[in-house]
Amino acid sequence: MKLSVLLLGVAALAVAAGAPAAETPKRGGLLKFAVSAEPPNYDCHANSSFAFIHPVRPHYSTLLKFDAPKYPAIKGDLAESWTVAKDGLTYTFKLRKGVKFHDGSALTSADIKATYDRLRNPPTGVRSLRQASYADVASIETPDPLTVVFKLKKANASMLSNFASPWDCVYSAAKLKQDPKFPERNIMGTGPFVFAGHVAGSHWTGRRFDDYFEKGKPYLNGYVAIFISGAPMVNALAAGEVLAEFRGHSPADRDRLLKALGDRAVAQESPWVCSLVVTFNTKKKPFDDARVRRALSLAIDRWGGAQALSKVALVRHVGGILRPGYDLAASEKELVTYPGFSRDINASRAEAKKLLKEAGVPNLTFTLTNRTVAMPYTPVGVFLIDQWRQIGLNVKHEQLETRLYLAAQQRDKPTFEAALDFNCDFMDEPNLQLQKYLSHDRSAINYAQQTDRVLDDFYDKQSGELDRKKRYAIIRDFEKRALEQAYTIPTIWWHRIIVHHKALKGWHILPSHYAGQDLADVWLDQ
Amino acid sequence: MTTTAAAITYKVPKRRHPVLQFIVHQPLGAAGLAVIIVMMVCAALAPWVAPYDPLAVDYGAMLMGPSAAHWLGTDSFGRDVASRIIHGARTALAIGFVASLWGSTVGAIIGVVSAYFGGKIDLVIQRIMDVLLSFPIIVLAITVVAVLGKYIVLGIDVNLIIAIGLPMVPKVARVVRSSALAIRELPYVDAARAAGYSHMRIIFRHILPNVVAPYLIMLTAFVAQAILAEASLSFLGLGVTEPTPSWGLMLSGAAADFYQQAPWMIVFPGIAISLAVFAFNLFGDSLRDWLDPKIKI
Repeated sequence: MKLSVLLLGVAALAVAAGAPAAETPKRGGLLKFAVSAEPPNYDCHANSSFAFIHPVRPHYSTLLKFDAPKYPAIKGDLAESWTVAKDGLTYTFKLRKGVKFHDGSALTSADIKATYDRLRNPPTGVRSLRQASYADVASIETPDPLTVVFKLKKANASMLSNFASPWDCVYSAAKLKQDPKFPERNIMGTGPFVFAGHVAGSHWTGRRFDDYFEKGKPYLNGYVAIFISGAPMVNALAAGEVLAEFRGHSPADRDRLLKALGDRAVAQESPWVCSLVVTFNTKKKPFDDARVRRALSLAIDRWGGAQALSKVALVRHVGGILRPGYDLAASEKELVTYPGFSRDINASRAEAKKLLKEAGVPNLTFTLTNRTVAMPYTPVGVFLIDQWRQIGLNVKHEQLETRLYLAAQQRDKPTFEAALDFNCDFMDEPNLQLQKYLSHDRSAINYAQQTDRVLDDFYDKQSGELDRKKRYAIIRDFEKRALEQAYTIPTIWWHRIIVHHKALKGWHILPSHYAGQDLADVWLDQ
Repeated sequence: MTTTAAAITYKVPKRRHPVLQFIVHQPLGAAGLAVIIVMMVCAALAPWVAPYDPLAVDYGAMLMGPSAAHWLGTDSFGRDVASRIIHGARTALAIGFVASLWGSTVGAIIGVVSAYFGGKIDLVIQRIMDVLLSFPIIVLAITVVAVLGKYIVLGIDVNLIIAIGLPMVPKVARVVRSSALAIRELPYVDAARAAGYSHMRIIFRHILPNVVAPYLIMLTAFVAQAILAEASLSFLGLGVTEPTPSWGLMLSGAAADFYQQAPWMIVFPGIAISLAVFAFNLFGDSLRDWLDPKIKI
């Protein structure tokens, strides 16, 4: 049975890898896909979940977007072309002509300015989760209706990629002027699909926008995102009621689907810009002691764990603070020199015990706060508890519903001791991934509560460094210090597995489940 | 002529030991009791009986089928299923007994108080019981767990025990009230009142001891329900959390992912739950028959 599943998997992967590039897309059809949670509101700028991006992204356009088959290359979306000044302080975009919003109004540079002003400086009552990404923007100018110029206060190595963020949906300036909160309750963009309806607890529908700026696209007549999760979602995929789910499957679900669908299935796999990290509450004893935190990191056999857990969970890769395989990430040779990443786990554990003894807590007891989302939180939680048991620690496991889990870490004076947290982004970019490790007063996603100006300085230096080699070196300094201080420690990086029906064409897996979801190039071979 | 009375010999029936009598008259109940005793012994001696540490992860033995090394196979973390079932008996019995004990005891007290005072107090208490009775057990338990969250004392989630025991309160209160209503009218209760004893003394010294039979029967029957409720809540992710061995938890999570590849991950915990519930139900039914004189006639 295992062999047949393996063969099917290999065959499916081969199909995915060898898909002819010259297939002629067919027009028509309704794509049904599953989304395992529902969007909390309709505003791109205030959301951070795949549950939002999968149903909503096809209604909007962004300035740039990722060229999925060539990731991390970017291409224009609303922008036809762009130039970056040599000093990295001026970004000039030329917009496409004839772009229309779904209400028929024409897109101009004023819409881009209004959108980015809202992102970097949200009006009262409006929430922007990307404010920090555009903190270096000094001004936005619109010399003519089809030109936008971003002027920066200082160079920022991630700025061009930021413009490809799937979260930065372009809104209508006129609508924002009427009501800055308009996008919270309304969907109105320039994307390939027009909003057709949302039935809470059931589904979300979009239909083709006939005036979409890319002639001949989208290919689909429309799509239906069905809110369904867990085993029912896998059953729906196996039965062909939905053709895909775009977040990711566990290896067990992959094998089950490949077996059920046979040659009607395509499996695409990719490393994932997502890692599970352990955050220690540095305001709480004994986690204010770097020796204790480092000892807990040293006790984790990441190499053995990754190999074993990859068989049962959607985690697979050992890496530091950046995704392994990314060109700015540490090489394995560098990685094994960091605390907790040595291949000699016995030596690491001996050192861990020594550090705990020195810190006066050789038999430490503490609680690991985790969330009730099974995959991959539960298997990794069980793995970590077992690792810490092996150096004589007694760890309780507290699994909380997502809202309580986030509240436990995000409240002003958090009470958790250690928490299994996640660090997921829409692209590989140190300015995004390193935010988890920045001082608490500079990062809304650092729950360890520490203040470390040395790390902050390294962050600022790498962010402003446009020379990639020099940036790489600064990131290594940051990484070394972050892992030695161990306020927040990476465990195992995720591995994205998508099984979809063969009839679904034109969709390419990316290392992020947030990017590449506008469905403009997707078509159905049926 | 003299007549002599024929010697009459009486054969005094041998009195069997009550336990032996129970076994003879209630063989199914005795079988249930035997299973319960085995489970309790296993739970009490789990660290010595279980072949492996139930928490020990062995990535070299993941998803292994039943074998000489692992009689009931291993789970997706390479943990020994038999050892987790044996240790899981501790969780099931501890939560089952404590939850049904508090639920039945509080229910019995409420039932007696309601019957003793009667009138408006009885009316109000019974309407509250009606409200509680209108919820299915699992729905009420889920609501309580969701509202109260977790509160761990000595490794046991007190709120989980409250959630499981709460639905038992109105049921026991109803049954005990009906018995107490009859006892309330008996002369010795009137005598106690005439002697000027306090309500508390009459309730706790004169009425409660006489409703022990229905109380015990309900208590036994509810242990099975409590075990099932704990398994259901753990299955739904509202009960105990990984890596604590729990039968319900063993059926959820990874077991659901691997039920085709490793069916032993769900079959054996399922058998353990069914066996425990069946044993307590058999014992409870037999105990009711044994203790209820009306049924004996």
